[in-house]
Amino acid sequence: MKPKHQRMLLAGLALVAVLGAAGLALSGLKDEAAFFYAPADARAAPPEPGRAVRLGGMVASGSIQRARDGVTIHFIVTDGKDSVPVSFTGVAPDLFKEDSGVVAEGHFNADGSFTATNLLAKHDERYMPPEVAGAMHKSETLEP
Amino acid sequence: MRRALIWLPLVLFLLLLGLVISGIVKPGDRAVRSAMVGKPVPALDLPALVDGKPGVNSAALATGEPILLNLFASWCVPCIAEAPQLMKLKQQGVKIYGVAVRDTPEAMARFLNENGDPYAAIGDDGASQVSIALGSSGVPETYVIDGSGRIVLQHIGYVGEQDIAEIRAALEKAR
Amino acid sequence: MIAEAGLAALWLAAAMAILQLGVAWVGASASSDAPLYLRATRGVALVQGVLVAIAFAMLIWVFARSDMSVLLVAENSHSMKPMLYKIAGAWGNHEGSMLLWVTVLAVAGGAVAFFERQLAPRTLSATLGAQAAIGLGFYAFLLLASNPFTRLNPPPLDGQGLNPLLQDPGLAFHPPTLYFGYVGLSVAFSFAVGALLVRDVGPAFARAMRPWVLAAWIFLTIGITAGSYWAYYELGWGGWWFWDPVENASLMPWLAATALLHSVTVLATRDGLRAWTLMLAVVAFSMSMIGTFLVRSGILTSVHAFAVDPLRGSFILVLLALYIGGALLLFATRVGTVKQGATFELVSREGALVVNNLLLSVILGVVLIGTLYPLLAQAMGVQLSIGAPFFNKATVPVALALVIATVAGPLLRWRRDDWRVLARRMAVPVLTAVAAAILLLVLAGDAGLYPILGISFGAGLAVGSLMPLVGRNLRRTPLYIWGMAIAHLGVAVSILGMAADSGFTRERLAAIPIGETLHVGPFSAKLADVAPTIGPNWSALEARLEVRRGDGRMFVLRPQQRFFSNPVTSTSEAALATRWDGQLYAVLGNGSDNGRWQLRLWWKPFVTLIWAGGGLIAFGGALSLIGRLWRERRKRKGEAQEA
Repeated sequence: MKPKHQRMLLAGLALVAVLGAAGLALSGLKDEAAFFYAPADARAAPPEPGRAVRLGGMVASGSIQRARDGVTIHFIVTDGKDSVPVSFTGVAPDLFKEDSGVVAEGHFNADGSFTATNLLAKHDERYMPPEVAGAMHKSETLEP
Repeated sequence: MRRALIWLPLVLFLLLLGLVISGIVKPGDRAVRSAMVGKPVPALDLPALVDGKPGVNSAALATGEPILLNLFASWCVPCIAEAPQLMKLKQQGVKIYGVAVRDTPEAMARFLNENGDPYAAIGDDGASQVSIALGSSGVPETYVIDGSGRIVLQHIGYVGEQDIAEIRAALEKAR
Repeated sequence: MIAEAGLAALWLAAAMAILQLGVAWVGASASSDAPLYLRATRGVALVQGVLVAIAFAMLIWVFARSDMSVLLVAENSHSMKPMLYKIAGAWGNHEGSMLLWVTVLAVAGGAVAFFERQLAPRTLSATLGAQAAIGLGFYAFLLLASNPFTRLNPPPLDGQGLNPLLQDPGLAFHPPTLYFGYVGLSVAFSFAVGALLVRDVGPAFARAMRPWVLAAWIFLTIGITAGSYWAYYELGWGGWWFWDPVENASLMPWLAATALLHSVTVLATRDGLRAWTLMLAVVAFSMSMIGTFLVRSGILTSVHAFAVDPLRGSFILVLLALYIGGALLLFATRVGTVKQGATFELVSREGALVVNNLLLSVILGVVLIGTLYPLLAQAMGVQLSIGAPFFNKATVPVALALVIATVAGPLLRWRRDDWRVLARRMAVPVLTAVAAAILLLVLAGDAGLYPILGISFGAGLAVGSLMPLVGRNLRRTPLYIWGMAIAHLGVAVSILGMAADSGFTRERLAAIPIGETLHVGPFSAKLADVAPTIGPNWSALEARLEVRRGDGRMFVLRPQQRFFSNPVTSTSEAALATRWDGQLYAVLGNGSDNGRWQLRLWWKPFVTLIWAGGGLIAFGGALSLIGRLWRERRKRKGEAQEA
């Protein structure tokens, strides 16, 4: 192979790598980016069922019901305009309670309900569970 | 073709830089707000934790005069650090009610013995229900409550020497 | 006085950096007296390293003796802290960590000045000049915008840094480990800039740069491995990698360093891939700085509890723009004058290493895009988050392809080789992989595609990584060959662990009353009791689990639901039982009104291989580093004797 051709080839390959990364990333982003929805957004433009999204709002008062198995809970997330019924199986965060903010990760079902795979409880503006922030990064995030 | 390729890294880097700068110029809202200030203390009725000291209930908090409600615990190190300041406030005639978060009677008795006891009453918040209801962000935390049982000040973190003036001022204003 | 001494040492060090930059500049452009100027630069670099080390020692001293008249100590320490955390507190905050950064930078610069004897004087001068320029930016940052030695008058009675969440041995040593890695890459960057400045890109430059890349890469590997295990047992989610922006910030420099490590070998042994290696050295350091910037500025971590000062992030950003932008500009204008290196055929070890580099670059690009995409969306007014599904989907196929290149590379000859010969050499690993895949499909076909592929590829790589040792006299095999084989074996071991964990983990989640038993995998766990306990700065509910494996001996696990004070946080302290073939992972959830407790159990077969593999990779790197340095020394001695 001539040196000049080889340089062209290597430069071309580098370009292919950059484009490949961009293409791979963009195709993944199209499918996997979890958009943030409030109940009213979900009503206005419902995301397709099964797609990973985040649902944020307040836990409606009096809405938390525990199923018989002890690990599944049903509750309603509201933003004052609309509301979405949510079910979650797992260990709810300590500060998860009614009349309090919550971000649920999961997906919508065909009937408009939401199945959460993870709950992030939000108590007030100041507080976020460190599990959310990634507890390993406390040193970087909690510093004054 | 090659000439353009050589400049590609620099161009990509500048794009990245622009993106990151936009993130700095438009930061998200991270204001710290205390949700409970200005509202009445939520209804609470906590049993006594240690012998010879009453528990804390809503009626006891609305006595007509301003008081301090202090959330603390024997297992909380900053609470040891704020103990001298609370003792000082007590000596100045301030009434302090304690809410012991997730604590045991033995550990609490030892804590009071070692660090002094400024409390008029100590309620046992074993499941931290009250601290959650109060919107507390942690232990220790101190609330100034006026005579009608309304929260006028939420002090997050321990009460240091430099915080006494602010707390006294809030107490005076609430009178 | 201690703080003032530290500050004075810091100012003097900054002055030395200016001097170093000046002398190095003259030395790099001088035509005749280059060695003379280099001697002067060497001395200045050494003095600078010593001075800044003194400044850092002073900072540790004021923290150790809890001198509350120093603002930084008052804000971040407390007299009642254990000594370990008092000392770790010195770099557990913004100013201190920047001082640590600049200390490692200057000490590394001193080490380059002292130990590097092979490089042409002008190239080394230019390198030390670049290193001084990097240092200067951080000195300016420290002295003008974040002085760690500021006094507080009058001093408070005690400090405010009692946050118990920060008192963790993992946190005390994790950031410095990563910093060592980042700074090692800064040295590689300086070498690249130096070589570009004096147009001396060749094997000698690559050989000088290689130990630094290797050392940085070892530290990054250790840091990432330890961080991953820490997150695994501390977060109580049973996961070991979360694709959190801060985790990605440490992964990206590692990916770039891995690529650089392989391309610099091509440059050192075969004098090929000149421009590409220069580029990678710049990219690797820019990834370190971007990582630091992302963590320090907090712009990507909107969920974080406490605001981080964006101004400080901006300063790092300015440095980033100056150094990386400057280096890329230099690259673009100068690379045309870098002469073409040695050529090679596609089927050759160089070819395999090029493929390795391209695939690593693709992964790096994907991670970078995924990490920064939420920022782009935010700039356009959309809120979204990018999670594990994206990263897994986009990186795993590329990583599997990379495994093939990893097997092939060491089995190929330099310059040119034959397809058929390669196929013959690859036969054993490929057959191993195929056999493993068939076995898995028969025995555990429901494990899923990626786990089966992962185990099959991992098994092939494990065998393949040892192939370069086959047919050699093992006692006379150079240490760096051993190092390469062990590092590649470590990759295989890690992949096996990841695949086994994702394919064969058994999970049970249930709410059970005390006295009842829960089964997971081969284990049965009886919830014997849940009782409160109190620790030094937390209170907890502790479950007593009586666990048996089949009919084996009973052992006890004690998972806790722990409550910390300020801010009030509950964390799950998972209880782990490690066996040779995996880990049992137990987490206690919430109690309910009717006396039942949520209990979550995982049986994770061979999950420990993930971190064992990471350890092997780092160990292989260390062997390789020692082997290379040893060989250089012997060669030099031999030359000295001949002369």
